[in-house]
Amino acid sequence: MRPPSPSIPEKDFFFAALDQDVRLDGRGFLEPRSLDLSFGAELGHVECSLGKTRVLAHVDAKMVRPEPQRPFEGLISIHCELSPMAGAEYEPGRSSEEETALARHLDKIFRRSDAIDREALCVLTGERVWHLRLSVHVLSAASSSSSSDAAAAAGGGGGLLDCASLACAAALRHFRRPEVEVHGTGEVTVYAPEARAPVPLALHHTPFCVSFAGRSSLKVRMLLDPAGLELRLAHGVLVLALTAQRELAVVHKAGGLPLAPETLIGAVEIAARRARELETWLDVHVRDDWARKNVEVR
Amino acid sequence: MRHTPSICGFAFAEWLVISLLYTDSVLTDEPAQSLRIEILNEGGFRSDGRRQYELREIAFDSSPQAGADGSARISHGLTEVLVSVFGPREARVRAQTLHDRAAIHVEVNIAPFSTGDRRRRGRGDKRVQELAAMIKATFEPVVQTGLYPRSQIDIFVHVLQQDGGVLPAAINATTVALINAGVPLADYVCAITGGVHAAAPMLDLTALEESDLPHVTVASMPRSGRLTLVSMETRLHVDRFEEILRLAGEAGTVIHTEMHAVVRQRTKGLLDGISTGLRASKPAEDAMVEDE
Repeated sequence: MRPPSPSIPEKDFFFAALDQDVRLDGRGFLEPRSLDLSFGAELGHVECSLGKTRVLAHVDAKMVRPEPQRPFEGLISIHCELSPMAGAEYEPGRSSEEETALARHLDKIFRRSDAIDREALCVLTGERVWHLRLSVHVLSAASSSSSSDAAAAAGGGGGLLDCASLACAAALRHFRRPEVEVHGTGEVTVYAPEARAPVPLALHHTPFCVSFAGRSSLKVRMLLDPAGLELRLAHGVLVLALTAQRELAVVHKAGGLPLAPETLIGAVEIAARRARELETWLDVHVRDDWARKNVEVR
Repeated sequence: MRHTPSICGFAFAEWLVISLLYTDSVLTDEPAQSLRIEILNEGGFRSDGRRQYELREIAFDSSPQAGADGSARISHGLTEVLVSVFGPREARVRAQTLHDRAAIHVEVNIAPFSTGDRRRRGRGDKRVQELAAMIKATFEPVVQTGLYPRSQIDIFVHVLQQDGGVLPAAINATTVALINAGVPLADYVCAITGGVHAAAPMLDLTALEESDLPHVTVASMPRSGRLTLVSMETRLHVDRFEEILRLAGEAGTVIHTEMHAVVRQRTKGLLDGISTGLRASKPAEDAMVEDE
């Protein structure tokens, strides 16, 4: 069931507040919501929350036969699930528009940008490669129905995509695959974590997703990390994914308020700064958890 | 804007063969590896003999389809797209009508013979759906939908040949088709792709270049200079991105003059038709007056 669209007083209040440089939750225009990350007992099991949006990401690896046209490359698949648990507007079974948009964006951010070294997932050419499965479960996405595709992608609950991409990045950093050894005869031994320390994935870079909402008015200003209502009332949504090294991985701005190039470049600069912050934040968390895991290397 | 074959016959022939062997486009999931082709050689020429900022030849055919309210066929280098527009007309599906504006409906059809690998892509294909969603999103803020409440504008895009830049070609053709259909637009939408090869920005990429380089598709509105669509899926440094954005804006104005000329020419043809029609009907009217 779709929640009703915002009432006229709600809308007027929102815009009047923005005119006085105030956001509904009291944040500054470029102030993100609070982030939290928690790791499960298993490697590659991460729960990330951004404001009230919560996403769980899980990575597992399986050994499979590679595709015949790419014998040197491992496989990566991304699965998303937006169940009614996330919000009343999502239906069970049928994949909603938001779910497809989320999966497509995560695919672009992590798979198409070549964030993961696929050749490093190869064990035995043409015979055995790792198949990474990244499953994303949205636990909570505060209600908001969005009219446009871009808004849907940027997140039902506000920051759904930002939160999901951060969860994925953390899960990929956290995950370690079992150590393998290839014998001369083509035999492959997979070692249990107790026998040999598992190996982290080879990641080329870690993209962080940052979304903005804009509105048409005389003074066009972008809102960083738009929350539910802001996203619904926004005239345009801009989704950027970039690494801490100032490399853009995805730019998605389709439809909505036409942007001046300077505004876009300004947003990219802000996002680049944010990506750097997120990188250090993520690094600290993953390292802390790894230290706590106390894995012994024999 | 020069046409490619005249520049260097051998390079073109070789390039054609290789691009047929390794045909790849925006619509294939995995980029193919280019083998011996230099994307940009030391003399500053690209694989098809163009310079860095040189666009391929763009030609529009304004009324290829009589049945549609407006249609346009663009041939942009070797990429060819036909767009037909129907509407604004009464919405077919009652549930999809919007009470305050017209709904835009985009359907993309990619001919199986448009690429070398002859792959059939149905309407359910993810990339086809994405292409349609991008075109729809691009035109939603530009078309004055508020003038036609409870109606529907159908845009049918047929991709006949692919050689890079399918999305920008489709957007440019859609702009002309919408103008031909008499649908009010806020501005032209001019789209182009840009890419970067070893810190050298390039415009209007072919399929071969697209498969190898990070590329951006930019759709701009030439009068306000604002951007309605910016889409990038491959990794690119921020500084390079800014450069590409600026170049794509400039290329947009070039495409705008081209499109504007086509629209003017067609309108002139229509006006001429009307005036000859009037002249032809004049004596008959006079005769009628005399009869009374």
